Amino acid sequence: MPDKPPKAEKKENRTKKKVVPYLEDVPFFSHQKLIVLKNKGIDPESIDAYVARDGYRAAAKALIDMTPEGIVSEMKVSGLRGRGGAGFPTGTKWEFAQKAKGEIKYVLCNADEGDPGAFMDRSVLEADPHAVIEGMIIAARAIGAAQGYIYCRAEYPLAIKRLNIAISQARDYGLLGKDIFGTCFDFDLEIYQGAGAFVCGEETALMHSIEGKRGMPRPRPPFPAQQGLWKRPTVLNNVETYANVARIIFKGGKWYSGIGTETSKGTKVFALTGDVKNIGLVEVPMGTTLRTIIFDVGGGIPKKRKFKAVQLGGPSGGCVPEAYLDTPVDYESIAKVGAIMGSGGMIVMDEHTCMVDMARFFMDFIQDESCGKCTPCREGTMRMLQILEKITKGRGEPGDIDLLEELSEVIKDGALCGLGQTGPNPVLSTLQYFRDEYEAHIYEKRCPAKRCAALLKFEVDEEKCISCGLCKKRCPVGAIEWEKKEPAFIDTHKCIKCMTCITNCPSDAIF
Amino acid sequence: MPEDLEKIRKRVLAEGSLKEGGKRVRITVHLGTCGIAAGGDAVYEALKHEIASSGRDDIEVLVSGCAGMCSSEPNITVKIINEDAVLYRDVNAKKMRKIFEGHVMNGEIQTSHALARIKQSDQEGEDHYA
Repeated sequence: MPDKPPKAEKKENRTKKKVVPYLEDVPFFSHQKLIVLKNKGIDPESIDAYVARDGYRAAAKALIDMTPEGIVSEMKVSGLRGRGGAGFPTGTKWEFAQKAKGEIKYVLCNADEGDPGAFMDRSVLEADPHAVIEGMIIAARAIGAAQGYIYCRAEYPLAIKRLNIAISQARDYGLLGKDIFGTCFDFDLEIYQGAGAFVCGEETALMHSIEGKRGMPRPRPPFPAQQGLWKRPTVLNNVETYANVARIIFKGGKWYSGIGTETSKGTKVFALTGDVKNIGLVEVPMGTTLRTIIFDVGGGIPKKRKFKAVQLGGPSGGCVPEAYLDTPVDYESIAKVGAIMGSGGMIVMDEHTCMVDMARFFMDFIQDESCGKCTPCREGTMRMLQILEKITKGRGEPGDIDLLEELSEVIKDGALCGLGQTGPNPVLSTLQYFRDEYEAHIYEKRCPAKRCAALLKFEVDEEKCISCGLCKKRCPVGAIEWEKKEPAFIDTHKCIKCMTCITNCPSDAIF
Repeated sequence: MPEDLEKIRKRVLAEGSLKEGGKRVRITVHLGTCGIAAGGDAVYEALKHEIASSGRDDIEVLVSGCAGMCSSEPNITVKIINEDAVLYRDVNAKKMRKIFEGHVMNGEIQTSHALARIKQSDQEGEDHYA
């Protein structure tokens, strides 16, 4: 064959040394700016390793050189907003708790990360537990708390192990306990393990859980800053928020506010998952566009497929379609396109994702995790799930979309806590951008993404079939007939609609 | 107390840095939950075994958290004194032995498994350290 290179040349090509790029030339790393994740290469079980990276110097500065008011004002200057999702200004929250009357106050850390596809807090706790502890010491000093709790889900055993080691090391060094740095300031920490209820990530439910009560939310006000844990003034922040605090106190609020956009300062850690080449934990400055995160950092969509949407903020969030990929990540811009910043879960979906099925998945999750205390959430999410299941099974009726929208509004307005108030968001945002897919399911009994098995015929398009035989090889029940150079045929009596052939077909020929 | 912190910092930086006559090589195994789920424990065991059978006492092993790119786990970083560190991807026990033999023992970067090099100046700094 004339096209084939001569043997010697081929061999030379093969042995030619690949040049290993520098980290800053690899797009996955080059767009990142590390503040929260800056210590990810150190030994997380060694307090000395943390101290060598300027660890606990911010705590020393806060306790010895700064007044509680000074700490709060530095936090306000920084512009840091809560990284758990809602984005409340951290300095303002601390100020409320500081000014609240009471001898006993508490500092809590929310490490009950429950959104499907989110693993930011776990990675921070596993890689750099001391940063969270230091942030909590500074918060305790700012509001005058002597006791703190880290509420961590029991599903994170390694994070809990490393946190326990870190807490006992900090006690040994006198960084937790009595008279820290000789300033007569006392503060100690305990870990409280959550038992797996998603709603316990909601602040009032979390506090009930620590009090030993059933993890259910209560109406606000009173807000935790006035009446929190055991009715005492309490500050609750999430893991990533605390991991920012020490850097802000050490380098100054002004330094921090120089990063990011006008309303959203600093960086945000995202757990980038789904149909994207590079899955991982990425920390980018606020204001980076979704396109940069997905296509530069994430390397784009694998298998030469097309991007369809990105889901932000888990079950409380929404999805952003291709038209809005140039939206910068900051709290306001993301909200404008119908999603939320959330805690950082970022699930990328390609053209083979059915948006109705995706909404059904999140509604299934919310319905399962609804605590049952308030009627709109308990009953409403159940009804919404039933309608979505009906639509994906091919029994959708005219009027279903209107009913979904009406139920969504009622649940949003009437639910007691954030879980219910934001629960309908995945449905509403898919209805906003992918209404045609709902309509195809209901009126044409067709799933455009070919994910809803009940709406597929399991027939082969002979023009599209490339006669590769992959479907026959993978079919678990032997329902496919195929000969070399012939198109495949599916025996629908034998077929169990397991989707294996459709997922494996390279030419998209089965419908 | 803050003086103590400064003392600890200086001591750790002095003891922790690689030096001739002391530890000359540092191999970091990135063992977060994601790394362990991808098979990082087997890599860690293979590494310990390789070091023991090489008889070398100038190699330090460090266990750290996730390096960030979970889809390339298990990751390890090999740092030899006065050289750029190299971050390796998709390591398993077999590749670990190859990297140890090639890179650590013979100084040849195993380019086909490498993800990136980390410049010397960046390694103790704040940004871009994997």
